[in-house]
Amino acid sequence: MGKVLMKGNEAIAEAAIRAGCLNYFAYPITPQSEVAEYLSKRLVEAGGVFLQGESEVAVSYMIFGAAACGARVFTTSSSPGISLMSEGISYITAAECPAVFVNIMRGGPGLGGILPSQADYFQSVKGGGHGDYRLLVLAPASVQEAVEMVMAAFPLAEKYRNPVMILGDGLIGQMMEPVEFPEHLKVAASNKDEWATNGMATRQSSRRNLVKTLYLVPEELNAHNLKLKAKYDRMKREELRSESYNLQSDYRILIVSYGTMSRVCRTVIDSFKEQGIEIGMVRPQTLFPFPRQAIHAAVSKASCRAAVSIEMSMGQLVEDVELSVRGARPVHWYGKCGGEVPTPEEVMEEIGKLL
Amino acid sequence: MGKAFHRPQALAEVVTHYCPGCTHGVAHRLVAEVIDELGIAGRTVGIAPVGCAVLCYNYFTFDFQEAAHGRAPAMATGIKRVRPDLIVFTYQGDGDLASIGMSEIIHAANRGEKFTTIFINNAVYGMTGGQMAPTTMPDQRTTTSPFGRKVLQTGMPVKMAELLSALETPGYIAREALLKPKYINRAKKAIHKAFSYQVANTCFSLVELISTCPTNWGMTPTDALKWAEDTMLPYYPLGEFKTPEAGRTAGRAKDAK
Repeated sequence: MGKVLMKGNEAIAEAAIRAGCLNYFAYPITPQSEVAEYLSKRLVEAGGVFLQGESEVAVSYMIFGAAACGARVFTTSSSPGISLMSEGISYITAAECPAVFVNIMRGGPGLGGILPSQADYFQSVKGGGHGDYRLLVLAPASVQEAVEMVMAAFPLAEKYRNPVMILGDGLIGQMMEPVEFPEHLKVAASNKDEWATNGMATRQSSRRNLVKTLYLVPEELNAHNLKLKAKYDRMKREELRSESYNLQSDYRILIVSYGTMSRVCRTVIDSFKEQGIEIGMVRPQTLFPFPRQAIHAAVSKASCRAAVSIEMSMGQLVEDVELSVRGARPVHWYGKCGGEVPTPEEVMEEIGKLL
Repeated sequence: MGKAFHRPQALAEVVTHYCPGCTHGVAHRLVAEVIDELGIAGRTVGIAPVGCAVLCYNYFTFDFQEAAHGRAPAMATGIKRVRPDLIVFTYQGDGDLASIGMSEIIHAANRGEKFTTIFINNAVYGMTGGQMAPTTMPDQRTTTSPFGRKVLQTGMPVKMAELLSALETPGYIAREALLKPKYINRAKKAIHKAFSYQVANTCFSLVELISTCPTNWGMTPTDALKWAEDTMLPYYPLGEFKTPEAGRTAGRAKDAK
């Protein structure tokens, strides 16, 4: 199949179907409602399940119930909706069920606005709900990458029995770009009969399965949390992904940026290069786990004087950049979070102050 | 001649954590008997609530999920939509279903989700220590209504069976009681009917069960049974409030004293 021109939200919807996910529950919210609109038709054609829930809270538990009986399932929402789903996300991680959540971020806090933002960074990578849990967070920078990450998210969710979050800013959902859908991804054999509440008769078993999150005995809860931590540590070993740009040069400043913002930064780097000024960039593709070593290695290059986090949020990504740089160089921040994507000129001006 | 009375296979042979005189055990047994009679344990998934029955999965022998407070109907929806062949029931108390989970139960019932809800109404929050519930009776003392429930400030007790019966979507809605053998026999029939409608993929079904909480009511088990019969039954009439065949019905007012 060749390339087709698609809106990000519709491409995300189609990618889930191509990944073999035929179960979708959602509640409408701008700027990602096209996913539900697309799937309300497409899933009927494909013989899948489409249900518009009564709230994002309810949707997160529809996802939980379906995932807990071993079904491949996903939902999409935007910032305020993800806040409401965060209760359910905490339970799903605790119960170790695989599911995929897509957050097409808009500006906050509160109702905020409906234009692109990256202000849910902390919510996604530090835990929006209660308790010690982590999501595997993938951050696409193009519609094509959103498609690939959605398709990769389902096997990853099943590998870890943990929700995977696709974190895209509003532009990823709203812009149209040419996309090509990869062939079906290879999926490991499912072990769901060992844990899923899919009915004892389904698995020819006399042993019942139980999906729960309550551990009243402190030692048991601690052991459960250690088990979860071991999974998050494994993600750090096996799932780290980042992309570097212009790191072969003797760059003076290292940019760390993700999503749509990183594409603006590429333009910035190219423009500086024309002026004979070298700037490098590390773009995290996984936000959890965070590519700390890649950033530390890049910022430690002799030519590099400082790092700067360029983000559509008010100083969130920069905290993880600081933890990565570990004091090796000064770390700066530039960002906007009202729905405007900083222009290349604005970013160049800020970086110019550091040169 | 075989045994006339035995433990249902769907019920585990364990000691429960319930207080003396609590009617949860009766409700569990009725559900287990119905599951045995219908032969559906192998394809049943129960959903435990938050509240005293949160550990009810320890007392049943088939697959179970454990919900967050009030969210069991949404989880049941998720299961039934992706696995319509499974038999799913939620087991919820009044704080769970009638307060924090009001939205989930109403919308699930209105969508006509094909699962069954067993709704335990004992007019109080149990597990958290006897606080006022939406179903708490007027002037009933609880740990958060120490002077009695003042209806001018907190409204009248919510009648869930009647409220859900007002929906236009077909369903099976009944209220029975676990206070005496005559009521318990009717409760068993209602639970059997509710599960049978689900097995036939007919409609959403809910059985509200008037229950007791001697511990949090501060009564002996026998006094609690009497108080429930004298105080709750006149306000919460028993019977069927809706059937898929007849639509809305009136219940049986004659049970009230």
